[in-house]
Amino acid sequence: MASESHLTPENIAQMKDMLIQHVPHARALGLTITDVKPAHAWLTVPYDKKLIGNVETGVIHGGVITAMLDNACGVAVQLALPDRSSIATLDLRIDYMKPATPGEALTGHAHCYKLTKNIAFVRGTAYHTDENDPIATCVGTFMLAANRATPMEYADALINKHEG
Amino acid sequence: MSKTDALKNPARPDLARFLEAIPYAQFLNISIDQKGNEITTVMRFEEKLIGNPVLPALHGGAIGAFLEMTSIAQVAFETGIAAVPKPIGLTIDYLRSGKPVDTYGRAHITKQGRRVATVHAEAWQEDRSRPIAAAHGHFLLKADGE
Repeated sequence: MASESHLTPENIAQMKDMLIQHVPHARALGLTITDVKPAHAWLTVPYDKKLIGNVETGVIHGGVITAMLDNACGVAVQLALPDRSSIATLDLRIDYMKPATPGEALTGHAHCYKLTKNIAFVRGTAYHTDENDPIATCVGTFMLAANRATPMEYADALINKHEG
Repeated sequence: MSKTDALKNPARPDLARFLEAIPYAQFLNISIDQKGNEITTVMRFEEKLIGNPVLPALHGGAIGAFLEMTSIAQVAFETGIAAVPKPIGLTIDYLRSGKPVDTYGRAHITKQGRRVATVHAEAWQEDRSRPIAAAHGHFLLKADGE
């Protein structure tokens, strides 16, 4: 298992794959990882009529942004940790700045800016094309080594299989 | 039963129809149980709500969205469904992992102003005294004709 960084191109490809294959809710939303670097993750969710919160305006429900940012934050924490570990969201605060534009895909960028022994601190932004023109922002904390099993074990399994 | 109650009492909006008209509420399998002046939201379990298939556990985003929907339903119930209340901010505390079973939600308005309502919401599964998550948030109320 990688100890310094698990961000090889292969792992990144597998992480993208894993998010789709093994997280049913991410798959249902159409979430994909578009880019990663240490402690940062970019995710996107395509516009879909089933995610609408207000049929009169066609605006996507705020909960979709919550789900995307929650997932983006989790991935950013994993990318900040020296080794894959199980994590659990402690809290997440979302501020909604403006409604999403109907018909446009949403991007979420999360950055894990501080790690302590037990806690990871993350912030994130949801936007269409310009991160300086945010639709929503979030801050969250995650508990590290929270439980025995996470989807990341799938990544380990995949990587081990690949390496083996 | 709940629909009949709503029809008998025109002051109480028909929340079942309100939720049926929100595609994302349908996507999350959210329905409503209305008994008199109390409402409980229900998110029926389905595979697509899973975020961690190993435990397994519900996706934190689905739980957050459920609490947001529960808050919106409560605000709509008390202030009218002419306009959907808009979330300004929401803080979610994750207390326990969500099991792959049905989830229930209740919200109450802590303070209702002219423009903004402050709402607290809780989600639980088998045991009401062991909530899996709680949220507090602010929602923008639209005045009639605005």
